[in-house]
Amino acid sequence: MHMIKLGINFLSSPLYSFTLFIVLFVLAMKRMDIVGTKKFGMGLLIFTLVVFAWMVSDPVFFSVISLPDNIPIIILNGLVFWSTWYALYKGNQNDIRIAAGEPPIEGTPENREKVWAWPNLVYTELFCIIACTIFLIVWAIFFKAPLEEPANPTWAPNPAKAPWYFLGLQEMLVYFDPWMAGVVLPVIIIIGLIAIPFIDTNPKGNGYYTFKERKFAISAFLFGWLALWVFLIQIGTFLRGPNWTFYGPFEFWDTHKVVAENNINLSEIMWIKLFGIALPKNIFVREVFGLIVTGLYLVASVPLITKKWGHKYQERMGTVRYYLMIFLILGMMSLPIKMYLRWFFNLKYILAMPEFELNL
Amino acid sequence: MSDEAKTSLNRREFFSFLAVGWITFGAATAGLASLIFRFTYPNVVFEPALDFIAGVPGDYAEGVDERWKNGFGVWIYKKDGRLVAMSNICTHLGCIPTWLPAESKFKCPCHGSGYYPNGINFEGPAPRPLERFKIFRNPEGKIVVDKTKVFRYEKGEWNSDGAFIDS
Repeated sequence: MHMIKLGINFLSSPLYSFTLFIVLFVLAMKRMDIVGTKKFGMGLLIFTLVVFAWMVSDPVFFSVISLPDNIPIIILNGLVFWSTWYALYKGNQNDIRIAAGEPPIEGTPENREKVWAWPNLVYTELFCIIACTIFLIVWAIFFKAPLEEPANPTWAPNPAKAPWYFLGLQEMLVYFDPWMAGVVLPVIIIIGLIAIPFIDTNPKGNGYYTFKERKFAISAFLFGWLALWVFLIQIGTFLRGPNWTFYGPFEFWDTHKVVAENNINLSEIMWIKLFGIALPKNIFVREVFGLIVTGLYLVASVPLITKKWGHKYQERMGTVRYYLMIFLILGMMSLPIKMYLRWFFNLKYILAMPEFELNL
Repeated sequence: MSDEAKTSLNRREFFSFLAVGWITFGAATAGLASLIFRFTYPNVVFEPALDFIAGVPGDYAEGVDERWKNGFGVWIYKKDGRLVAMSNICTHLGCIPTWLPAESKFKCPCHGSGYYPNGINFEGPAPRPLERFKIFRNPEGKIVVDKTKVFRYEKGEWNSDGAFIDS
């Protein structure tokens, strides 16, 4: 048992758990005919509950998840799991029907019948409001607010954690400059999410669930949502302890855990390690490799992607919509790329110009 | 006829009522707005002074000294007799790093940035070293730290006048 726990601690380090998550995610997107069945959903639920019950029996894991801040995250994990699987299940059902030449379930004559918002919808909403109010009152009675001592501008708690819904962002900040992960990327995320209905004008999937007809759109969205947001919240909440050091789920939060994580910039790797000379004084010469890599990624990669994969989307969506989508996808993929560069090469910044507060 | 004149307003009366009403309303709104504006400023500010007297050089042993950290947000670092005053604000996102004597490094609790005792960043996402404050001796020979003047390493300012004192 001890060995299994050590193995889980090892595997849940960001590099392995994130890689594992992505592999499972790609497999799930590839085999939707298995994932979107009731059998799979029930099996996964039972498996998760059994493993979770076993993990809770560990005192260290229990002490982390039973913090008042962390209980809502456990509940929300269940809700995310349920809503994602349920949508995929309904999509899979419709895909089977469409493949057999039938209309989707939402398109059958009896489901095209309409009902009045009053009382059908309003009553449901009323009951939801009452149920939520009762839930919150009971919650407030049983769990005290995790208040701390008065704020002190010269002291920070260790670990200092953002509210749980921002922990994905905080985890993202480990790999980026605050200007990037704190301002630029969040703005792109918000504007990008607002822009989705204007970029994605494909009428397929309107009014009915489907996966096969919208494979790329659904996988791209779920990747950003599940892998880059929800999953990072899990790491930030449960696996980051004092000094923002990584701790496995069964690992005691020892403040003095020593982790070697010396990070260096691309300019230092190239000039000092590869060429063996000091960093040039001129910052543009110093950062020439970072500028080239950034240019390659943001500009030169676009025609390549278009030629290899994107041309059919470009024809269907139109040039402006297509390039906006590519820009958003490149922005999204910069996070996992940056994470892997940090894990494999201890790379801090590809382009490091603290003189201009510009670090990529 | 005269009764009817009393119950209805003539034009002049209507406008004077209107003016009084609007002036009252405007004054009340302005008063409320000024109260709200006043509320955005704290009644008492506990922020420490931006410069302070930090004893004499002999008070400090070699290494990092934390005595001014809680009061003024400054670490004094002494190396080979040279004293510098370091800011305790992480250059990544402005958290307060912790001094870990056992590991001999500063470590930020927010995103894991690490600094050597001299303030140079070496791990985590911090893009540049900790900032240093102006430090000088006043006529009585006492050390004065002035937080209004900042010296940044990446701008090559750590060797400038006022960035350190030799004892």
